[in-house]
Amino acid sequence: MDHPVGLQIRGGTKVYPGTRALKSVDFDLRMGAVNVLVGENGAGKSTMMKVIAGVEQLTEGRILMQDREVHFRGTDDARRHGIGIVFQELNLFPNMTVAENIFIGREITRGGVDIDMETQRAATRRLMERLEHDIHPDTPVAELRVGQQQIVEIAKSLAQDARILILDEPTSALSAAEVEILFRVIAELKRDGVGIVYISHRLEELIRIGDYITVLRDGTITGARAMAGVDVPWIVRNMIGEASKDFAKEVEHPFGAEIFRAEDVCLPRAGGGLAVDHVSLSLRAGEIVGVYGLMGAGRSEFLECVIGRHPHATGQMAIAGEPLRDRSIAGRIARGIALIPEDRKNDGLIQMASIRENMTLSSLGRFTRLFHMVLGAERRGVAEFVKRLTVKIASMENPVSSLSGGNQQKVVIGKALMTTPKVLLMDEPSRGIDIGAKAEVFRTMRQLAAQGLGILFVTSDLEEVMALSDRIIVMSEGRITGEFDRGTATETAVIAAAAPGQGRPAQELVA
Amino acid sequence: MSHAATHPPTGAAAPNLGLLVLKARTFIALILVFAFFAVAAPNFLSAANMVIMSKHVALNAFLAIGMTFVIISGGIDLSVGSIVGLCGMVAGWLVLYGVDFGLGWSIQFNTLEICLIVCLVGIAIGAVNALLITRLNVAPFIATLGTLYICRGAAMLSSDGRTFPNLNGSAEYGSESFRQIGAGSLLGLPISIWMLIVVAALAAYISRRTPLGRYIYAVGGNERGAALSGVKVNRIKLFVYMFSGFCAALVGLIVSSQLVASHPATGETFELNAIAAAVLGGTSMSGGRGRIGGTIIGAFVIGVLSDGLVMMGVSAFWQTVIKGLVIVAAVVVDQAQQKLQARVALQAQAALGK
Repeated sequence: MDHPVGLQIRGGTKVYPGTRALKSVDFDLRMGAVNVLVGENGAGKSTMMKVIAGVEQLTEGRILMQDREVHFRGTDDARRHGIGIVFQELNLFPNMTVAENIFIGREITRGGVDIDMETQRAATRRLMERLEHDIHPDTPVAELRVGQQQIVEIAKSLAQDARILILDEPTSALSAAEVEILFRVIAELKRDGVGIVYISHRLEELIRIGDYITVLRDGTITGARAMAGVDVPWIVRNMIGEASKDFAKEVEHPFGAEIFRAEDVCLPRAGGGLAVDHVSLSLRAGEIVGVYGLMGAGRSEFLECVIGRHPHATGQMAIAGEPLRDRSIAGRIARGIALIPEDRKNDGLIQMASIRENMTLSSLGRFTRLFHMVLGAERRGVAEFVKRLTVKIASMENPVSSLSGGNQQKVVIGKALMTTPKVLLMDEPSRGIDIGAKAEVFRTMRQLAAQGLGILFVTSDLEEVMALSDRIIVMSEGRITGEFDRGTATETAVIAAAAPGQGRPAQELVA
Repeated sequence: MSHAATHPPTGAAAPNLGLLVLKARTFIALILVFAFFAVAAPNFLSAANMVIMSKHVALNAFLAIGMTFVIISGGIDLSVGSIVGLCGMVAGWLVLYGVDFGLGWSIQFNTLEICLIVCLVGIAIGAVNALLITRLNVAPFIATLGTLYICRGAAMLSSDGRTFPNLNGSAEYGSESFRQIGAGSLLGLPISIWMLIVVAALAAYISRRTPLGRYIYAVGGNERGAALSGVKVNRIKLFVYMFSGFCAALVGLIVSSQLVASHPATGETFELNAIAAAVLGGTSMSGGRGRIGGTIIGAFVIGVLSDGLVMMGVSAFWQTVIKGLVIVAAVVVDQAQQKLQARVALQAQAALGK
């Protein structure tokens, strides 16, 4: 079978403030085939697809189509070149109907003014027949299940007669039957010569549907070949590399008594079901427990339950044996829990406030007599933590938004540490920061653990979880699906436990 | 590496003249407006005019101080003008009739008690605003728009739309000093100006030197982030709306005392002047940014501008147009300042290297 190359990236580099998301990648996209893209969260898959779809522009490098260089200034440009993308996060207008959503921005009109609803409806009906879904064109999107919404998103791309179709985790919200339908549509598109890029974390699914596979790690392509002969161990090896990166060396210290315990923590999901499904775990003083899992596995939600963000969460928790009854965030911080949130920009920092004000926000009581804040003491406290965490700042009065990602993260960590916590919850502590800052953050975590803090951290980076954790807990679909000691954990076993199983035992997926 | 962290590099932190001018723009505007009218309007600088003008400014300044806290916290309070009206009516009612339970006798209050009750009414309305916003999730704009109508209607109902005249009080009940709130003076300054000084100093202190103040800024800057840092967001909102209600109640008291009468339509569109003063003083409508000092200067710019134009005999219609232009210009300049400020901070950070 011959599959011509429809689009090439040559020497593609993408730099964001504080981090290089893509490092001089060469990528061939073949037409009439499924090009599978795999890698851990943050490996650069989504960045590469955003570049192809015109959402982001390359900092360096070229994109070629039919041997001619093309520049996509926006999604419109890419669309004119026949490129369609279905994002992982759905981009639909919930209050509009299915037909309106499918034709948004390219409405079929009479004379450029009057929308021809009848033609749009008919076209929508044909698309839905093709996708074997019985969705009425006039249904508001908000009334559809998430899986159906994903179908609408796919239909939107099909309606544009895309020659290249990028699907970013299209099956994450689909049922098994819907996945089969999607695969049939993909096979049909392949026959028509459409080049498909398929991103997914479900390895067995990739092997089944893919014709070519490209593996990304830390912004570089570590493996690219035809799918024939590829197996799960090959993918895993390329995803995480042969040798582990040199993280800060272990300082051995004995663990203390149990410092935190959670029992039967449940959190209902908005669309029904449980986002956190009867999670129980315990943590000892001085222990670093890594929680590994894919996006949407309920890891962040669990940490949010612990800090008290979700008032309707159920279950019991205890700090050093004392039950934790206070449900407010302030009360839990006072009892010695601190959270470093995943979304630094929206949850971690007040962007327009100064570095000093951000750092002390959780611990102003330390600098307050009665109701009067002693600003000198506050400045001294901030200076101490700036030094301890080696935050690089010009002045502590500058807005925190002027800092790079790594330094912002250190400010968030400083804020948490200033509350003198017993239990530190860290949600993706290394997200969006460069490798140097990462190493410093990890070193800090080690030091804190040696001082007797219990640390519970969430990550999607397998290497990180293997290198840093004293114990690894794997979550999938809201449940704990595996627990490994440092000694017994293997990468393959951890990945297998993290795979979404839809009720099937984890072993079957890898076999 | 770490030793450099706490020392600002001298080159990058050198004062930027352009930024300094932009930061002090409202103050510069005030001086310019003042200088202009001192030349253009006869008697503008006379002591009598200064006292009259500062009394006018004070009314708006009270409301603007309360409004500043609300806006910094990310909200808006449209009900203050109506609270002024309603509180004025409550004050008038208490001076004239006291509280009558229909049992053939009534309770009469002295001046201090009247002031306390009126302030409590204002604070209670603010609390209702806050509860609507925090507990029932009504958008601040809509919640306070609702209380705007409710309070105005209640003020009208209290007297069937008529004025309560002759609020001279009576010596028998200890309320004869009610007039002094608006007319009295201490050490040559009107009582209302003294009250303004106290309230402004208190508000400035809260905003700069108490955790409460810090939390108000944090809630407006990023409500989710503040909540996750342990800030009790609902309590902070409760405070800002109650404080705004309290400020409005003070204005209600002062106006009815100055006029020795209370009219139910008092305070209409006062909320807009208060918002204008806050914005002119550099308060960001999206929350998280603003200063009490800036707001007071903003209130003075608006007050001096309108009184000066009156003295020059400019028509009321032109006054309104000029006021609008000044506000728009202020916000445009504010945006320029934000951009420049961000660039200076980024440059300082870049000078540090990676």
